[in-house]
Amino acid sequence: MSELLRSYLTVGIFGVAAIAMAGAMLTIARILRPQRPTRQKLIAYESGVDPVGGDWAQSQIRYYVFAVLFVLFDVEAVFIFPWATRLEVYGLFGLVEMAIFIFILVLGLFYAWRKGVLRWV
Amino acid sequence: MFAPQLLGFVSPSINWWALLPQMILLGAALLILLLSSLAPRRSSTTFATVTTLSAAITAYFVSIGLWYDVEREGASSSIASAFGVDGFSIFFTMLILIALAITALLSHHYLDREGIDPPEFHALLLCSAAGAIVMAAANDLVVMFLGLEALSIAIYVMIAMHSRRSEARESAVKYFVLGAFSSAFLLYGIALTYGATGSTNLVHVREYLDAVVFRDQHMLMAAMGLLLVGLSFKVAAAPFHFWAPDVYQGAPSPVTGWMASIAKAAGFAALLRIFFAAFASHDSDWSPVVAVLAFVTLVVGAVMAILQTDVKRMLAFSSISHAGYVLVAVQSASNDGTAAALFYLFTYTLMVLGTFAVVGAMGSDDDHPLTRYAGLGRSKPLIALSLTALLLAQAGVPTTSGFIAKFQVISAAVSNQSYFLAGAAMVTAVIGAFMYLRIIMTMYVVDDDESGPSPVWHWTTSTVVLGTVIFTMVLGLVPQFLIEFAEQAVPILIRG
Repeated sequence: MSELLRSYLTVGIFGVAAIAMAGAMLTIARILRPQRPTRQKLIAYESGVDPVGGDWAQSQIRYYVFAVLFVLFDVEAVFIFPWATRLEVYGLFGLVEMAIFIFILVLGLFYAWRKGVLRWV
Repeated sequence: MFAPQLLGFVSPSINWWALLPQMILLGAALLILLLSSLAPRRSSTTFATVTTLSAAITAYFVSIGLWYDVEREGASSSIASAFGVDGFSIFFTMLILIALAITALLSHHYLDREGIDPPEFHALLLCSAAGAIVMAAANDLVVMFLGLEALSIAIYVMIAMHSRRSEARESAVKYFVLGAFSSAFLLYGIALTYGATGSTNLVHVREYLDAVVFRDQHMLMAAMGLLLVGLSFKVAAAPFHFWAPDVYQGAPSPVTGWMASIAKAAGFAALLRIFFAAFASHDSDWSPVVAVLAFVTLVVGAVMAILQTDVKRMLAFSSISHAGYVLVAVQSASNDGTAAALFYLFTYTLMVLGTFAVVGAMGSDDDHPLTRYAGLGRSKPLIALSLTALLLAQAGVPTTSGFIAKFQVISAAVSNQSYFLAGAAMVTAVIGAFMYLRIIMTMYVVDDDESGPSPVWHWTTSTVVLGTVIFTMVLGLVPQFLIEFAEQAVPILIRG
């Protein structure tokens, strides 16, 4: 067996162990637990409250704006965190670069704000 | 184990001057968005058009300066060899800027007529042009991919901006799905190129392939194949062309012109830079494959165009067959062939933009039946004459630039001893001419029995049509300056 495959063997053993462990616990529980089925136990679990309405719920399209804005600032954060840890090394050059980057993103936010995207309709 | 020793940060040397054209375009895009969001009312089309035009003209002058710099000091590259500054990149920068100015003029009246928001359209157009320039100049596959996505994503939105028409939305979704699909091919090709050569930088790839003899080339072959498929989608080469007619038909006419000219030109720029420049030592591997693609594209483009009844679909197939001619030049894998491809792309861009200028003025985009052009020769003789000139040029009739372009492509194929392909190119040119003549015949011979909507004619459109017709005719008579320009613009990979 090659060295590469041998290192994957560990992963395989780990997977088998995980399945065996979960399987053993579920099997033991099945043997030990008392079985008293009622109708209430069959309805969908919704944090302890009786479920209301159908299972086909529509979410508002306006939420996508938050998703887009979230992605925007998430990506911004992805760039800012590593930059911030090494700021003293990058010096003025890095500061100006990041200022330009943030300026462009803020411009986008400003545009979205002026176009009324942030207003809750 | 070792800790990373990042004591000081040394930024790679950046030739800001060379980056100026696309920085001007992006700056103009931001300016348009900022001012349009500050404006209390719906901002005017004139402001957006003028801003785009001034950005294009300023960037054009910068690139003229860059051209003389390169002529004096030789090609170089910037940002750790990721961005090439050679005749090739400046040639495409100039071409893209000309097309940008033309598209801005064409969209001016179109946006007013169709009620599309001008600032957003122009901002996207500028971003798209900047992406195309990055794609043509990139010396690194990852940077090239960035440029490609900036170009494509802006185009997806530009198509969908005509949101009241379901055809536009449909074609935007089609283009988006297939564009994303082809991007995946391209990315996988980039990944395998990295696997085979140890770098995504084309300068490094070239040096590595020149120096190393592979015992087993499978990964490199797969990389080339995937890159070729990904880029063939973008340039709409058969058998990867199926999206083109639907998307061209549904998109707003100025955007169709932009897609047919610049999305295609930038795709060929990437193709030439990757295959002709970086994979030069393996041309015996990729050249036959490109030759087969070229043959299939030529035949499909010419034959399928005959079966169409919608003018925009006809022109879509005509643009597919043009891609076939450029591929004939690419497969010759020689400096002459590359110069012929560049010449072809330059002349084709102006022809196709002029043609779509007329198509855009001919009325709404819902459909463009051939019958709408009936009797145009009598009702609008000047438009009909201009369209005739542009279509004859696309067919490759002598005394037009299209003839010189086709002649150069075929002579490059002959000097490469691809006689079969050269013959096929000539035969399909004849078949393709039928379609162009059919439009011309409809304009002059068929009577206009029903009085349809008369073309909406605006001075910006006339300027564009007149300019492209004059360019096409003049170049057909004195082509030498552009031939020399194209010969000096063959891509050079150089470590910077």
